[in-house]
Amino acid sequence: MAMPQTETAFEAKVDNAVAVRGVSKNYGDVEALKDMSLEFPRGQLTSLLGPSGCGKTTLLKIIAGLLEPNSGEIEVNGKAVTGPGPDRAFVFQDFALLPWASVLRNVGFGLELRGVARSEREAIAEKYIKDVGLAGFEKSYPHELSGGMRQRVGLARALSVNAQVLLMDEPFSAVDEQTRRKFQEDLLNLVQNESKTFIFVTHSIEEAVYVSDQIAILLPRPSRVSEIIRPSGFRNKDAASIRRDPEYLDIVDEIWASLRSYVE
Amino acid sequence: MKIMGYRLPAMSSLILWGILWEIVGQAGVTFFIPPLSKVFVTLFEVIGTGSFQKALWDTAYAFFAGVFFSIVIGIPTGIMMGKNRLIDEMLLPWVNMFLSAPLTALVPVLMVLFGFGMKSIIITTTLFAIWIIILNTRAGVMQINRSMIEMARSFGASPMDAFFKIYFWAALPEILGGVRIGVIRAVKGVIIGQLLISIVGFGALFELYSSNFLMAHFWAVLIVLFALAFTISEVFAYLERRVAYYAAKR
Repeated sequence: MAMPQTETAFEAKVDNAVAVRGVSKNYGDVEALKDMSLEFPRGQLTSLLGPSGCGKTTLLKIIAGLLEPNSGEIEVNGKAVTGPGPDRAFVFQDFALLPWASVLRNVGFGLELRGVARSEREAIAEKYIKDVGLAGFEKSYPHELSGGMRQRVGLARALSVNAQVLLMDEPFSAVDEQTRRKFQEDLLNLVQNESKTFIFVTHSIEEAVYVSDQIAILLPRPSRVSEIIRPSGFRNKDAASIRRDPEYLDIVDEIWASLRSYVE
Repeated sequence: MKIMGYRLPAMSSLILWGILWEIVGQAGVTFFIPPLSKVFVTLFEVIGTGSFQKALWDTAYAFFAGVFFSIVIGIPTGIMMGKNRLIDEMLLPWVNMFLSAPLTALVPVLMVLFGFGMKSIIITTTLFAIWIIILNTRAGVMQINRSMIEMARSFGASPMDAFFKIYFWAALPEILGGVRIGVIRAVKGVIIGQLLISIVGFGALFELYSSNFLMAHFWAVLIVLFALAFTISEVFAYLERRVAYYAAKR
């Protein structure tokens, strides 16, 4: 079993950007989350991985402040979360772009809502449009872009508000396989270059292992964190060779073994 | 539509109906239908007269005022209903009731409440137009993607920002559809108001011409009215096409 890294040594120096403590969430009689606790180290990417119905998106939306937990609390940088805040930015599964607005306005929309002056927010938006590789499409509208390009707009919008924590809700599930691979590689660079904390919801085991510093496996009924895995051996390898790394393959197999009984 | 390789211009069918009208009119089947050519001659005679222009002004004033109020009240009400479950539960039965109510029967009550003047006519016009605008706006807001609203919240949109930057625009295709139908209903409302409340404007002309069996005059005014209503509704149809590119992708 490949479980590298001594956990105690790791936790001694760790600085958590986000902490979830004893969070429960019910929808009527259904327990979506039960007494869940989880910590998210600063500057790293943590995946929430699990079968459907394990509450991973619910947890992400509670961290975002979009849903209120029935009990328990969320701390971001030591401060309790009471609602959405400028310290967190959200990337949506279905992109959630304004279809009537250009790429430039969409990317700057988070800043627009925060009252940043037009010239300033457009300058910032242009920078991030370039960063995500969409230079030249500033004047385009979302319906003129492919799914992958639309998600780049969504990502640029989240980056441009300069939040310390980026919450990503299955961001690559609505784009085609090849685009998704490119995205995953880009995400690795992003985690390295931006000193942000990423929380990443996915249902793809390979994707989680490929991009994550830490993987929290969530299991349903009752929803709980069953395991936390920290792949480390291949984290510094180049993007192309990760998928052939033995540790990568071992972790994928190990996660599948623990999840398979929950898949109908 | 194409016939024998020729692309027919829009509304070619009107030409066909016009010819048929002319034939029936020339044949003298009934005094109710004078020849179309005579109607148009009458139209140009009437259009220059002071009484017609005053009628046009009275009608246009009441019409635009009624449409204005039905839009500025109807759209926010519809958005509130689409956003808020409680408000929706409270108001929806009334909106549906008034949408199908025989509003003409209410006009005498309005006269008692608001007098015999322009005010009652404007209120009648508003009552004809507003309900469909409310319902369409509500439907437009209800179909807004949930993630769009979460996006606005997560980036810290104030209620005002959400209202003007998200809800209004995301529901705009339905709103425009509602306004287009509302405008057509307002035409009916303004004429019924003018006929029943105080005999002014186009309502007075219809009353005058039909009671004196001046059918050519009657049809001439009706054509003017149709042309006005058609033009305004086409303006909204044009606006609807302008936003159609995102109507399917919200």
